Amino acid sequence: MSVIEKGKVMTANRLRDGIVVFLTRSGQWSEKIDDAVLALEPRAAAALEARAKDDEHATLVTGGYLFEATRVGGRIRASHIRERMRTLGPTVRLDLGKQADGTEGGFAAPEEAA
Amino acid sequence: MYRYDEFDHQFVRERTAQFRDQADRRLKGELTEDEFRPLRLMNGLYLQLHAYMLRVAVPYGTLSSRQMRQLAMIAEKYDRGYGHFTTRQNIQYNWIKLEDTADILAALAEVEMHAIQTSGNCIRNVTTDHWAGAAADEIADPRPVGELLRQWSSLHPEFSYLPRKFKVAVTGAPNDRAAVKVHDIGLRLHRDGKGEAGWEVLAGGGQGRTPIVAITVREFLPEKELIAYLEAIMRVYNLYGRRDNKYKARIKILVHELGAEKFRSEVEAEYARHPAQTTEVDQKELARIAKYFALPQLEKQSRFAPHFEQAKLDNKEFARWARNNLAAHSTQGYTIVNISLKPEGGIPGDATGEQMRVMADLAERYHSMNCASLTPRTSCYPM
Repeated sequence: MSVIEKGKVMTANRLRDGIVVFLTRSGQWSEKIDDAVLALEPRAAAALEARAKDDEHATLVTGGYLFEATRVGGRIRASHIRERMRTLGPTVRLDLGKQADGTEGGFAAPEEAA
Repeated sequence: MYRYDEFDHQFVRERTAQFRDQADRRLKGELTEDEFRPLRLMNGLYLQLHAYMLRVAVPYGTLSSRQMRQLAMIAEKYDRGYGHFTTRQNIQYNWIKLEDTADILAALAEVEMHAIQTSGNCIRNVTTDHWAGAAADEIADPRPVGELLRQWSSLHPEFSYLPRKFKVAVTGAPNDRAAVKVHDIGLRLHRDGKGEAGWEVLAGGGQGRTPIVAITVREFLPEKELIAYLEAIMRVYNLYGRRDNKYKARIKILVHELGAEKFRSEVEAEYARHPAQTTEVDQKELARIAKYFALPQLEKQSRFAPHFEQAKLDNKEFARWARNNLAAHSTQGYTIVNISLKPEGGIPGDATGEQMRVMADLAERYHSMNCASLTPRTSCYPM
């Protein structure tokens, strides 16, 4: 059975085009949630916030914030529906957004046990 | 339709140049997001869930074929091939890049369009009936007054920082296709026994999380008093509207909390305090504006068109389409054609660039220069 890790992911919008991006372990911003680094403890989350703030100053991204997520079988699942939508694209136009670009999140990951 | 004068052209060009500079400074880091946000919102640029969204006003819903083709070009060059026509007669582009926005605003300015006051706590795009100017049941074309209100409300210094956004709709027909009863201010044209035009003024309507039907503030307001009376309503709202809670800040909440009688008395007191002389509607100016909206000289045609009747007999689907999509035109022998932007299973209001060009071509081919948009329908008719 896969281990479920709980943590936080840093997200923002890319400044020049507004596309949703996630902070990766290497400090880059990726359009794919599965590339995101999952901060498992508060110090790691604070480091992500500091990095995002720097990148906002560097005009790479805007509006950064942390959200809760889990990692199951190597894939990251946002805990809140809003964030899941941001990782997929418009719910009314499946031909647009990350779900159409091949950069969508993998929400086939199993739910946590009730 | 209304054409910009040199002042309008210069103003929109200058505003575009200002935004280009602001966006450049943001991209270079000279402006923070907190500093830039109000500037981009003043130009209709939102940052939404998936990307930037640019909302472009279509004043009183009237578009020329040239404008429609430019909207199609923008959809294909700068967005993902489509635009979204909204119920309040705007078009929204949902995948705009910040770095392209000034170029888009410049392209809009070329065809006398802009995105000013499509966001923020100001008076938004003035809307009207999507059949305005052509409907058989119309007392008069509401668009000249729509244009008058557009000019009055554009960058009005007193009404640029209202408690909340403010939406005005105008109808010249007894059948309320402009939804005036669910607007912050709704205007409905009537004629009195002498044939004089006057406006029923409604206020405090709205939709959203708190749907409320507007109250009638004045049953019959002489047209020349229109601007002064609207200013009285705006002042009451500006003074008493709540600013501590955005969900309680619309005028509908104020009207509801004060009650209809108290609200009316406040407006009348404010109106009495500021006599109308200074803002009386100049009838010459209104007549000048109205000329832009005059229908071409259309000769009456027979009500019975044999080819059309035969086509309906020969083709049941065409007959069904005609039954559901044609409406009575003010000139006998002509018809209003609705083009649905509400496909089965699709998104109401979305149109591809190609579809926009087809609408523009149809509008030109059938004597028409204009399209009037209102989701879920776009109406094309001789203008």
